[in-house]
Amino acid sequence: MRLELVKRPQRSMLFSALSPFIAFVLTIIAGAIMFALLGVNPLTAFRIYFIEPISQVWQLHELAIKAAPLILIAVGLSVCYKANIWNIGAEGQFILGGIVGSIFPVLFPQFEGPLVLPLMLLFGMIGGAAYAAIPALLKTRFNTNEILTSLMLVYVAQLFLDWLVRGPWRDPQGHGFPQTIQFNDSAILPELLPESGRANWGFVFALIAAVLIWILMSRMLKGFEVRVLGSSPRAGRFAGFGLSRMVFFAFLLSGALAGLAGISEVSGAIGQLQPVISPGYGFTAIIVAFLGRLNPLGIVAAGLVLALTYLGGEAVQSALGISDKVARVFQGMLLFFVLGCDTLIHYRIRLTGLSAPKLEAAPKLEEAR
Amino acid sequence: MDITVNILLTIATAATPLLIAAIGELVVERSGVLNLGVEGMMIMGAVGGFGAGYLTGSPWIGLLAAIAMGAVFSLLFAVMTLSLATNQVATGLSLTLLGLGLSGMMGTNFVGQPGERLPNLDIPGLTAIPIVGRLLFGQDPIFYISIALTAAVMWFLFKTRTGLTLRSIGDSHASAHALGIHVIRYRYLSVIFGGACAGLAGGHLSLVYTPQWVENMTAGRGWIALALVVFASWRPWRVLAGAYIFGAVWIGQLHAQAFGIPVPSQLLSSLPYLATVVVLVLISRNKRLTMMNTPASLGQPFVPDR
Repeated sequence: MRLELVKRPQRSMLFSALSPFIAFVLTIIAGAIMFALLGVNPLTAFRIYFIEPISQVWQLHELAIKAAPLILIAVGLSVCYKANIWNIGAEGQFILGGIVGSIFPVLFPQFEGPLVLPLMLLFGMIGGAAYAAIPALLKTRFNTNEILTSLMLVYVAQLFLDWLVRGPWRDPQGHGFPQTIQFNDSAILPELLPESGRANWGFVFALIAAVLIWILMSRMLKGFEVRVLGSSPRAGRFAGFGLSRMVFFAFLLSGALAGLAGISEVSGAIGQLQPVISPGYGFTAIIVAFLGRLNPLGIVAAGLVLALTYLGGEAVQSALGISDKVARVFQGMLLFFVLGCDTLIHYRIRLTGLSAPKLEAAPKLEEAR
Repeated sequence: MDITVNILLTIATAATPLLIAAIGELVVERSGVLNLGVEGMMIMGAVGGFGAGYLTGSPWIGLLAAIAMGAVFSLLFAVMTLSLATNQVATGLSLTLLGLGLSGMMGTNFVGQPGERLPNLDIPGLTAIPIVGRLLFGQDPIFYISIALTAAVMWFLFKTRTGLTLRSIGDSHASAHALGIHVIRYRYLSVIFGGACAGLAGGHLSLVYTPQWVENMTAGRGWIALALVVFASWRPWRVLAGAYIFGAVWIGQLHAQAFGIPVPSQLLSSLPYLATVVVLVLISRNKRLTMMNTPASLGQPFVPDR
């Protein structure tokens, strides 16, 4: 038996739509096996993992809180990946956005009023974009691999934040805890519906960003440029699209969105800076981008699904005593199956006997001669 | 003098996992496949090695388990990218993400447990020779494996016919296929070799470097190994040099922290990552040289047409 790929004459619309769902079903099956191996009844585990975390209204708010940064980062990354530019350092840009956006509430706590929040959000975006500009500059100027540089800068950003909250930005009245002062009220991102749950404006930002990027990608010349350069840099060059400019555009855009996600998280969900402000949103967003087929509207749905894997991970940890790392495993498996199912869009899969192709090919060769 | 020897020994210990992982990835990339999952395979090797050593009480079984774990885990990547022709960058990333999660889950019960350490070599008479004795005859077994592996890969790639075939596949899989070379089979074996190496490198971390299990204990070493391959322009002996330079940076910052140099410890901790960026810039600045050295089909999926 051997697996053989046969190229389809054109991409299959059917599998293009179905593949995320097939991937999800396969993940569920693999997850059931995993839970069974851990000695837990899969049905119980799934109920706790996927149903219970979203069975009440306040829990839907929590879902929105987790989904917001994932969607914000992922729509930015989708532009990069469409252009075949590999920014995998969104986690670092997220952190820098959180830090730069926090300059006002941490260093100027007396500064209050309606201007504070817009300035914080703006600075967050600038921080994320500036940090993303580094791998972009190194790629365009020195031809340096952006995958490795953007990833390395994640570690640097994490250590930088750690230094800030343990050193110069530490709350002097904080009993030595590594954290900044609590932000004043005008620096806190307001909640959407305070009477029913904690969800804040970050989720609205995410939806707006998704719609804007969707318009950009499907209705504007820039979006066409992204797609052309992504699928064929050569064709893009003939069309007069500059690859260097595109690298900067994609990195700055995705960095700004990651930065916005960072400051929204810090100012909305946390309320101060801590040594760790992200449970790996920047990396999970990569999965969100692919699960959403690099389409902003698909990404909104994918962001909600991945947010649920975080909540489910916490739920099984407290209910069943399984490590919350189970969330990361689910996320990894999901991405694997999505990528595998995407093959079906471009190829038909045929299983053949080992010697079959040779027997077929031999007579044809004779004829040709 | 003793201090110098000790520092050299710790540099070798820090360099060994980088060297092994990078040598494995070098073979993979020479065959034209870019596997960004080194970090994930490494952490799986670390948890597998620690677990097997801890449960059986034998670090040697741990060593074998680490290698097997890396190889099996890389098979996942091979099936996806080679048989299903998925995007190599995305698949490699997902291998890393999955490995970090899976290892964390598998290692839950190992946290804080004392591990087994592979014993250092001790040859009566030779190891006791002052200075060179311990450097040459007194290190951990994986150190010797790493040096032998580098030499073997050098010989294999540049002195054997199979090695030549492997390099030709990396430069043009279409031509190699037209010549009747089984591209996919070569690539499968390369990826599995790379996985076994990454697993061994992870095993070194949890069986020699710090014989215990800590979540995310690879701390980006898999990524640095990937950078080393670029830095070395795909040549084994340069990987060796690069790994020792990075080992020195790693140890240097640790010593600086221990001496209490008035610089934030976080800045020192970030030096290996910053050094990686700087080194990548220096090496890729010359566009022509990079293009000449990079395997031409690197990262491109290959589907044989029939």
